[in-house]
Amino acid sequence: MDFLNYAFMQRALLAAVLVGVTAPAIGIYLVQRRQPLMGDGIGHVAMTGVGLGFLLHASPVWMATAVSVLGSVLMELIRWYGRTRGDIALAMLFYGGMAGGVMFVNLAPGGSNANLTSYLFGSLSTVAPSDVTAIVVLAAFVAAVTLGLRRQLFAVSQDEEFARVTGLPVRALNLLTAVTAAVTVTVAMRVVGLILVSALMVVPVAAAQQLTRSFAATFAIAVALGVTVAVSGTITSFYQDVPPGATIVLLTIAAFAALTALAAPLARRRARAAAAARPAGAPVECAIPAARGRGAGA
Amino acid sequence: MDEPVIAMRGVTADLGSRPVLRGVDLTVHRGEVVALLGANGSGKSTAVRSLIGQVPAGSGSIELFGTPRRSFRDWARVGYVPQRTTAAGGVPATVTEIVSSGRLSRTRFGLFRRADREAVRRALELVGMADRAGDPVTALSGGQHQRVLIARALVAEPELLIMDEPMAGVDLASQEVLAHTLREQVAAGTTVLLVLHELGPLELLIDRAVVLRDGCVVYDGPPPKAPAGTPPLSASLERGTPSPATTTSTRTPPRAPLRRARDC
Repeated sequence: MDFLNYAFMQRALLAAVLVGVTAPAIGIYLVQRRQPLMGDGIGHVAMTGVGLGFLLHASPVWMATAVSVLGSVLMELIRWYGRTRGDIALAMLFYGGMAGGVMFVNLAPGGSNANLTSYLFGSLSTVAPSDVTAIVVLAAFVAAVTLGLRRQLFAVSQDEEFARVTGLPVRALNLLTAVTAAVTVTVAMRVVGLILVSALMVVPVAAAQQLTRSFAATFAIAVALGVTVAVSGTITSFYQDVPPGATIVLLTIAAFAALTALAAPLARRRARAAAAARPAGAPVECAIPAARGRGAGA
Repeated sequence: MDEPVIAMRGVTADLGSRPVLRGVDLTVHRGEVVALLGANGSGKSTAVRSLIGQVPAGSGSIELFGTPRRSFRDWARVGYVPQRTTAAGGVPATVTEIVSSGRLSRTRFGLFRRADREAVRRALELVGMADRAGDPVTALSGGQHQRVLIARALVAEPELLIMDEPMAGVDLASQEVLAHTLREQVAAGTTVLLVLHELGPLELLIDRAVVLRDGCVVYDGPPPKAPAGTPPLSASLERGTPSPATTTSTRTPPRAPLRRARDC
């Protein structure tokens, strides 16, 4: 436990815990909406914010937050209005954001792409005390939204059309989801890095789904898994001197593979239990169409 | 209290550059069961989706319970069953979780109390799905899934039920449950607007049929093939909603153009 003696590691671990909670907490709604790569797009846009931070001598974390929030609002507006050319507009936003970041960093006095690397792939030693304040405030916002509005966000992400008829402010909630995803990207930026942040939003959710049957359980397991891989990846990175972002993401994917292997026998046992629970002689609703389907195919 | 539950006047709507509704008039009064019929592409689903605000209406006026749709806020009075082809979202969800989302219109800030959980349980019992409450929706058949979506619409105890093709892809057992549930709702005074491909097993329930073709109302009157024992003409007249078509309509197939809306 000697890693706890270093102040930079204490900061990195705190950031890792907050990333592990917030990334899957907002990611689950993106996965539910079938927009799992939205975090990836925001990560690209946030690069312009980091570049602007260098150029204007402002905090890169706060600049990245501002730019990625703007970018996410723009993406949501494109989704509403630009139905036909929406994908092209989004692609331009992503690549424009990335190119803008590279350009601004190089324009900054004494700046080079080397400055950008720690933001792209994460780094333990660069979580500054001022970053910790920003990360804590932003993570509190993400947790408040994703937990406090979980029923509303669930309804809108599950079925937007139906949510409208329950009187929910669908557009406002969609915007809030996008803004929260943008804030999460900047929470995760220092430890995991902008390129890999989306993995921590999506993969823990996908891994949890292998075991779960309900949204609530998926949420809980995804967050627990997110914290576990973020903390253990950070510690591994300290001892083995490997980049934390890559370590965390590879651990998450390993957890996904392990849970997938576990899930198959679990599903078989559940099927057997369900068959045993069904009273003998009760009509099996789908038996006849299934038999007919096989007959037609033969 | 005499204002119609639904009043659409001269409603137009475009999808892309294609006009889908070209001046639809549709009025539904309290306690009526109205079927919106028409072939694929006739605009019946778009009419319903413009009614709830999912598709923006180009011109014309839409009122719900006497209030213009844009300023209508009392959504707990409306239950909606959308047309469904895909079963679930990208994350597992149980039957209870799905049905609970229909109760949000009755809660304050989405906080569930004991009465709300009780309402979810009752709605599941209404459609005979109480024993599947904890199952993921992906484990259900098409008919069971449709029953869950109807429970989600009923859980807020609405006065108006709007259903888009509720019988599409539903097995016979579930069709029977759905028809029974709907009969109970109608008996309790619920107003119903149904989008249907054909009258089918709900025929006996339906007071009035409105037929769309190419985005225009081409028929508005008693259900075209009214079964014996339910005089649709007198029933319709008693309700005080005779349409110009009622006197000649009982034997006319639904496609006959009997009345043209003024903009069509």
